[in-house]
Amino acid sequence: MQVETDARATASLAGRNIIREIVASGVEYVVSVPDITTSEGLLRQLAQMKAPRLIRVCKEDEGIGICAGLAYTGKRALLLIQQTGMLDSINAIRGVAVEYALPICMMVGLLEKEPGVPPLQSKRYGVRIVEPILDAMGIAYHEIEEDADVGKIRPAIDEAYAASRPVVLLIGRRPT
Amino acid sequence: MMKRDDCLKALARHVTDADIVLPVYSTAFDWIDIRPGPLNYLSHGAMGLASSHALGLALGRPDKRVIVLDGDGSLLMNLGSLVTIGEVAPPNLYHFVCENGTYEANGGHPIPGRGNVDFAGFARSAGYRAVHAFSDLKNFEQQIGALLAEPGPLFVDLKIVSSGPQERDYTRLHGPHVRKAFRDALGAG
Repeated sequence: MQVETDARATASLAGRNIIREIVASGVEYVVSVPDITTSEGLLRQLAQMKAPRLIRVCKEDEGIGICAGLAYTGKRALLLIQQTGMLDSINAIRGVAVEYALPICMMVGLLEKEPGVPPLQSKRYGVRIVEPILDAMGIAYHEIEEDADVGKIRPAIDEAYAASRPVVLLIGRRPT
Repeated sequence: MMKRDDCLKALARHVTDADIVLPVYSTAFDWIDIRPGPLNYLSHGAMGLASSHALGLALGRPDKRVIVLDGDGSLLMNLGSLVTIGEVAPPNLYHFVCENGTYEANGGHPIPGRGNVDFAGFARSAGYRAVHAFSDLKNFEQQIGALLAEPGPLFVDLKIVSSGPQERDYTRLHGPHVRKAFRDALGAG
């Protein structure tokens, strides 16, 4: 068991693999407030790409509205934020994503989560509470901790749009 | 100072069936009585988010004019959206704020900074292409057609009197049938 934990702690997560799945999911817009977990490995790379188009927003709940508007037009979007911003946007997520049943797809960097440690077992209160809150809200989520997990991204986004419901992809370590 | 319904009637004369309109709270109830239609986008989910929904719609449907009828209290909750819209600069986004200095839908309490806040100044410094403020109905009636014919993002501050606290049936704005009607109409054209 210790060997498995150690292996997961030292596993890698490549930003290019995540971006490949985002692109393959048909996402045309990435809407973002910078997050330290995904800053270098994801956001900085996405900022250099022409597609998907990056929309920088001032606050995360703005992004919920933008993604909703885009969803009505048939355009796919991904909201790239930190869990602190997700927590700050709970009312918008409640109203727009859950009660209106819209495909708001969120990729959420888990600030200060220990690599290889499941969020529920984190020593950080701000990390431990994330999944229980999503459970309480009835929002589907997936942990993206290492390269073996990136295969979850495309099906999760496809399912969100097919079922018209939100999904959260939790980034558990800094992508390289 | 102007009355909100007079402003909305003047605006309605220049809105076409192809335009998307996002009115909020008290303005929404007045608007859907003055100009009902399936491309009225009424369900914003959380106070303040209308301008953000509008930006998403404007990006996704650049062929359509997207007209936000915001409230001053609502806009104060999402001032950052002015900066985001200013940076993205969608030419099809037209942002009106009905400034009556009160949270009319929540009991008529005053907004912070009532009478001192410069909404047009916020929009100008955020980078909107054109910014206007009106307190005289005749001036607004004379200019609104030309303003809507220009590319956005446009910001218009309408100085209006408060209509006072009102009881409203919010299922007219938030019911699932409202969103389905909008989705169907947008998909059809």
